[in-house]
Amino acid sequence: MKNDDKTINDLASQEYKWGFVTDIDSDTVPPGLNEDVIKYISTKKNEPEWLLEFRLKAYRHWLTLKQPDWQKVDFEPIDFQAISYYSAPKQQKKVGSMEEIDPKLVETYDKLGIPLIEQQRLAGVAVDAVFDSVSVATTMKDNLAKIGIIFMPFSEAVQEHPELIKRYMGSVVPYTDNFFAALNSAVFTDGSFVYIPKGVQSPMDLSTYFRINAENTGQFERTLIVADEGASVSYLEGCTAPQRDENQLHAAIVELCAERDAKIKYSTVQNWYPGDKDGVGGIYNFVTKRGLCNGENSRISWTQVETGSAITWKYPSCVLKGDNSVGEFYSVALTNNLQQADTGSKMIHLGRNTSSTIISKGISAGRADQTYRGLVRVARNAAGARNFTQCDSMLLGDRCGAHTFPYIESRHPGARLEHEATTTRIGDDQIFYCNQRGINTEDAVSMIVNGFCREVFRELPMEFAVEAQKLLSVSLEGSVG
Amino acid sequence: MLTIKNLHAGVEGKEILKGINLEIKAGEVHAIMGPNGSGKSTLSGVLAGNEAFTITEGEVTYLGENLLPLSAEMRALEGIFLAFQYPIEIPGVSNAHFLRAALNARRRHRDEPELDAFDFQELAKKKMELFELNPALMDRSLNVGFSGGEKKRNEGFQMALLEPTLAVMDETDSGLDIDALKIVAQGVNSLRSPERAALVITHYQRLLDYIVPDFVHVLADGRIVKSGGKELALELEKSGYAWINRGTPGEEGV
Repeated sequence: MKNDDKTINDLASQEYKWGFVTDIDSDTVPPGLNEDVIKYISTKKNEPEWLLEFRLKAYRHWLTLKQPDWQKVDFEPIDFQAISYYSAPKQQKKVGSMEEIDPKLVETYDKLGIPLIEQQRLAGVAVDAVFDSVSVATTMKDNLAKIGIIFMPFSEAVQEHPELIKRYMGSVVPYTDNFFAALNSAVFTDGSFVYIPKGVQSPMDLSTYFRINAENTGQFERTLIVADEGASVSYLEGCTAPQRDENQLHAAIVELCAERDAKIKYSTVQNWYPGDKDGVGGIYNFVTKRGLCNGENSRISWTQVETGSAITWKYPSCVLKGDNSVGEFYSVALTNNLQQADTGSKMIHLGRNTSSTIISKGISAGRADQTYRGLVRVARNAAGARNFTQCDSMLLGDRCGAHTFPYIESRHPGARLEHEATTTRIGDDQIFYCNQRGINTEDAVSMIVNGFCREVFRELPMEFAVEAQKLLSVSLEGSVG
Repeated sequence: MLTIKNLHAGVEGKEILKGINLEIKAGEVHAIMGPNGSGKSTLSGVLAGNEAFTITEGEVTYLGENLLPLSAEMRALEGIFLAFQYPIEIPGVSNAHFLRAALNARRRHRDEPELDAFDFQELAKKKMELFELNPALMDRSLNVGFSGGEKKRNEGFQMALLEPTLAVMDETDSGLDIDALKIVAQGVNSLRSPERAALVITHYQRLLDYIVPDFVHVLADGRIVKSGGKELALELEKSGYAWINRGTPGEEGV
């Protein structure tokens, strides 16, 4: 729309809102990766011997692996010796209560809209705040503990609940799973651990807010969520990073395990720094996320809104092992400027009468390139398996790309698998129709894109849904010319 | 209210309007009739500010101001409404959400307070009744899966809600059965007032039985070849458009 060029250019140059840097004294190991660095991390965290061994095994396995290149994204090879694997804000002493946290950290999270001081928080959500390599605060921990819910930084859980960590860590994503999972297993620093005991429904949403701050560091966190029999939990994840010219690596592992009749809902709003409009800087978001529906009638759903990162490369998956278990994946991925994404989901049907749903909405703008890649696999014994996959792509402008690679492998003749896919673009006629009713072009695009994503947004928890719509509008600004 | 002088416009280098002259005063309803390809939809598109069309010559004045530099959005905010011949579908955006955004854009433009969801619903309900539309359509995606008649009645409903100063209706009767036609016409007639004007574009005379125009113009090959009162429409109905090349209706001689 010609007459809007000026406003669009103004908006395009708008800065990433979360791009500030916190000036804080940090303990950072020099760049480089070897067994000594891993031992340093392990010692720093006062870890038991078995965990150090796990790390070293993972590291030795990683050394035998080659960085995969099958994904449809382009980037210079990563120099793993140039990354620092541990950075933690210096703390004078062990923090006893929220009020003793470094005010700079509190201020950082305030700026991000995540108040850590409990009295100032709405009671609805408990937060674990991860800053670079460590968890700096976990709210509502004590209230949750009263009903048996464990919600704490991963490194604390290693100390306090080693039996649970030993039993579940790596049970869904083994360190041998892939290159980045092996790397994470060797050098992971912190993350969140959640355990919901039998029959307990978490009374509030739990969330982790990840923040990368330090320069030249990678963030390698692990999240492990276990819902025991009949338990249920809704978990939210948010992420941001400062604006820097160098690419930074984020290689996380998220493992979910749902026992019989348990439900886990995992929602992500991913807004890592995407790089500038010329593609300089931004986060490489190479993450392994997988849920195991271990027991009968268990259910895991992934809902994600991805607008950030220079490169997103991940496939949140469900392994449907328990009979009658259900896996769901709802995703909105938006790539603008020079962002790249190769993302989708995997649904592995092992048990009987398992069902899965994949709804993927991809929006490409600018010169971005986006790929949906999905796998639906039905094992020989998975009688009654069902899958419905819908992947829709929307293109804004004529310089972006959308690609779809659905893989379907069925070994059971009775499996019912459906796949629907569409590619659309916002038509000039749609924009004109909106303009003719007095709605300006920016609002029209935002409205049309939000409409396109509606099936996914309605799966998001309330407070995330509002944030997601706003985020989408901000990320879209300047994409129509 | 609207003055068109020697308007030439086209699309992709092809001239379609070849010198239109037209004057519409407040309170008047004008009908433009003409055969297919005569430029009817181009005229409505040009008035609404559709950038698919290029204006090569001429002037259009609306409420005393030069209309042509204004964007489509600004024309809408200034009170020009186009009822589309083919209303556009927007999946996932509810009729209610779309209309409230449109209405509130208008209200902001006039420095009026925006309507909240409840006030809007109440207002919309009243206006929907005028067009005998099922209230359930408010929660459906805009025009998606609407029948042809529902789409057209929905355009009428939008018009009634936005209360335009100048309504341009592009072949609103096409695809409507006679009952729906009456409903739409009634709704449109309810908007008639000394401050407002309408330009009704149609191929057939039958719409004009229900929306009775003050003036009828015949458009052919990009020019208005004849103007008259409402009786001109009746003559056209009798003799078709074939007389155009000769200049006067009723001399078919077949």
